[in-house]
Amino acid sequence: MPDIITMKQMYKVYPNGIVANDYVDFSVKEGEIHALVGENGAGKTTLMKILFGIEQATTGELYHNGQLVSFQNPQEAIKAGIGMVHQHFMQVGSMTVAENVVLGSEPKKYRFLLDRKKAIDDTAEIAEKYKFKIDPAMRLDECSVGTRQKIEILKALFHGAKVIILDEPTAVLTPQETEELFRELKGLKERGHTIIFISHKLNEVKEISDRVTVMRSAKQTGTYDTESISKEEISNLMVGREGLWELTKGKATPNESIITVNNLSVMDEQRRYLLDHISFSMRKGEILGVVGVEGNGQRELVDVLTGLNKASGGSIMFKGEDISKQSIHHIREMGLSHIPEDRMTMGVATEASITDNLLSIYFDKESFNNGVLLDQSSIDAWAKDRVKEYAIKTKSPNAQVRSLSGGNIQKVVVAREFSNNPDVVIADQPTRGIDVGAAQFIHNKLIELRDQGASILLVSADLSEVLDVSDSLFVMYEGKIVAYFDDVTNVSAMELGRFMLGIEAQDEEQIKRGIYA
Amino acid sequence: MLKLIKQRWLDQPLDNRFESIRFSMAIVISLIVTLVLVLLVSNEPLFALQQLFLGPLASIRKFGNVIESMIPLTFLGLSVAIMFSARQFNLGSSGALFLGGTVTAVVVLTLPLPGFVLSVVAILLGAFTGGLVTLIPAFIKLRFGASELVSSLMMNFIALNLGFFIILNYYRDPQAGSLASFEFPSSSLLVQLIPGTRIHTGLLLLFIMIVLIYLFIQKTKWGYALRMTGFNKSFATYSGISTGAVILYSQFLGGILAGMAGSVEMLGMYDRFRWQAMPTYAFDGVIVAVLAKNKPQYIPLAAFVLSYIRIGADTMSVNSDVSFQVIAIIQGLIIIMIAANAFLAKYRQRLVVQEAITND
Repeated sequence: MPDIITMKQMYKVYPNGIVANDYVDFSVKEGEIHALVGENGAGKTTLMKILFGIEQATTGELYHNGQLVSFQNPQEAIKAGIGMVHQHFMQVGSMTVAENVVLGSEPKKYRFLLDRKKAIDDTAEIAEKYKFKIDPAMRLDECSVGTRQKIEILKALFHGAKVIILDEPTAVLTPQETEELFRELKGLKERGHTIIFISHKLNEVKEISDRVTVMRSAKQTGTYDTESISKEEISNLMVGREGLWELTKGKATPNESIITVNNLSVMDEQRRYLLDHISFSMRKGEILGVVGVEGNGQRELVDVLTGLNKASGGSIMFKGEDISKQSIHHIREMGLSHIPEDRMTMGVATEASITDNLLSIYFDKESFNNGVLLDQSSIDAWAKDRVKEYAIKTKSPNAQVRSLSGGNIQKVVVAREFSNNPDVVIADQPTRGIDVGAAQFIHNKLIELRDQGASILLVSADLSEVLDVSDSLFVMYEGKIVAYFDDVTNVSAMELGRFMLGIEAQDEEQIKRGIYA
Repeated sequence: MLKLIKQRWLDQPLDNRFESIRFSMAIVISLIVTLVLVLLVSNEPLFALQQLFLGPLASIRKFGNVIESMIPLTFLGLSVAIMFSARQFNLGSSGALFLGGTVTAVVVLTLPLPGFVLSVVAILLGAFTGGLVTLIPAFIKLRFGASELVSSLMMNFIALNLGFFIILNYYRDPQAGSLASFEFPSSSLLVQLIPGTRIHTGLLLLFIMIVLIYLFIQKTKWGYALRMTGFNKSFATYSGISTGAVILYSQFLGGILAGMAGSVEMLGMYDRFRWQAMPTYAFDGVIVAVLAKNKPQYIPLAAFVLSYIRIGADTMSVNSDVSFQVIAIIQGLIIIMIAANAFLAKYRQRLVVQEAITND
């Protein structure tokens, strides 16, 4: 088969100075499933954004069917038969599935009006052709994440895509949904479509792809037939060092509980329960994992535990005090730290210096104030130590946080949140979107804190992270706890998937085991 | 020597270098436009340009004018900068200036205090009144969620007409030809600082305030909380910083500085209340703050530049055939170029690429 896409010597610098692609060569054969793997921040998504016309390469050549092309915008790429399914779907929630699929080239009646019936027929026809199970008349915001992803793929097919780029499609899916997606992708391949599959999950890469291209820190480190290379070899190419997968973790020795959550509820404006009377304990010296499909109450739970939002009912007893209606400042003073889900919007002020970002929960401490003025020299010395201890890669602690890579930004957050030896840590997606090195650094820090007697709540969409790092865990579904496991070593991802999808639930007695004295 | 300068320049962070280049480019382009405009409209372009650029230096009195008009501009610039640093878009500085000046006039006409004490009390009360003018929109925002931008603009009308109401009804001197209050006791007026000019002791107060505001924003925990709230309010809230308090005190302080501008102006430049409308410079705090990128240490410089081209334009319009409006056009250009982030963005991208390649 000839190459349908060839990229030569792609070089891309972002306006913030980050080199995302460092003279990358990449080619895809017609009709194959080609996996593009690498750690987060390795430049996979940028390379694909250049292919799809969202970003322009600084230098480099792009060939499509042997022709030198350059897509100035996604419309041009779509016209050439390239489609992309983003990590974050670009869809309109208030429209039907069919309307979303035809969006951009809608069937018309009387020239101006949308022909709804034809839209639905067209969508049903294309779904039938590719054997996608969807209901075209359903409103989009009633669809599950898995379905919304299918809609995104259908949309690309509807617009005539021969090459489909999928950016980490399984990150938001349960194991069952992933299986279904893979079946559909194989179907597409049989019908002659070419698929580029961005991932950093090597099991999936081995399972689905024909060839694999590995990227590491903006460079391409090789293209291989998937059959000829082992997972270990791929991971070494990705990370550049061997044996980085190992996590040294001893057995937990949980002590008494430090936080007891009792019948905690949060309602939205329509008085629906987002968090539905949940009860559990967090014990000293234990990492308690929380898993669930996004949007099943995890965010609301984190928000009330940390004081960002107030509970509408129930209590959170922390060191003998109900903190469910306390201020963030007070809760933090009591010894609770919080790694927020979205570091860029909440965890840091990107325009401020690293020092200022480290200082935000300590700036009113006596040791940093000298009368009315801040004691800048002791602040600077302290910040310098944090940068060193947490191996934050920067020229100076006075550099703006936005000049750092994602992993280093997260280290700034972690350095701040861990430097006061917290009794409780709420870690919400602590390693999302960062490189394996930084992720492992953070995991080890979490375990270190646990061993010092801290109690940690680890909320993560990454099942393998929860299974690797936490000691016990519970599963959330529609605002409720549907399963509790006191030892994660006995749990499999497939088993968790059934609870996450609401197919199964433990009985009340089993869930209550999560409440300790 | 040249090499050393080049090295020091390259040691600066890229964004600082870029900002300096952009600022200079904005000035150079504006100058070229000025040149073209003057050449187009004037029969004596060289003379007009000379009046524009050198007019303010022609005499001590002229240069004095530059400094005099720079004083309220600097106060107003600080006022806006402190509010903008907290990302509070309160445009009530002009109302605060007006009512602050009014209250100062009222105090010196009412309170039976000895000279120096009287001016101090009058300025303090004027400043406090200014603070209230900008605090009200802040409070409304916090309590009811209304945009401070809209409510502060409305406050300006209230402040303006309340000021006129007070002076017209209680302090108007019927002997004076136009609208004016009774004469202030001469002992309450600010002392002239440099003979041959009207530069007054308000300048000293201004210097003290520049230093205090710089220290406040950069070196105190309240200034830290203010900056973090301005950078990213969600981050500040999440960190446990009381952003509500920041919203209130940043705008209160901003109003205090604007009120002080009015008070100092009233006692430094006038012998009675003579404002017939909102002073024309009342809105210029925003221009100064934008030019200085909200940095207190650059505010006096920005105010000086603005004041200098104003006085130059004045001189030019009086002595030559080019009108004052030409300057308003040029001012607008400079500000647009400095405020527009996309201006020279392509050039910035080239700098970034260069740096990325050399760092490899």
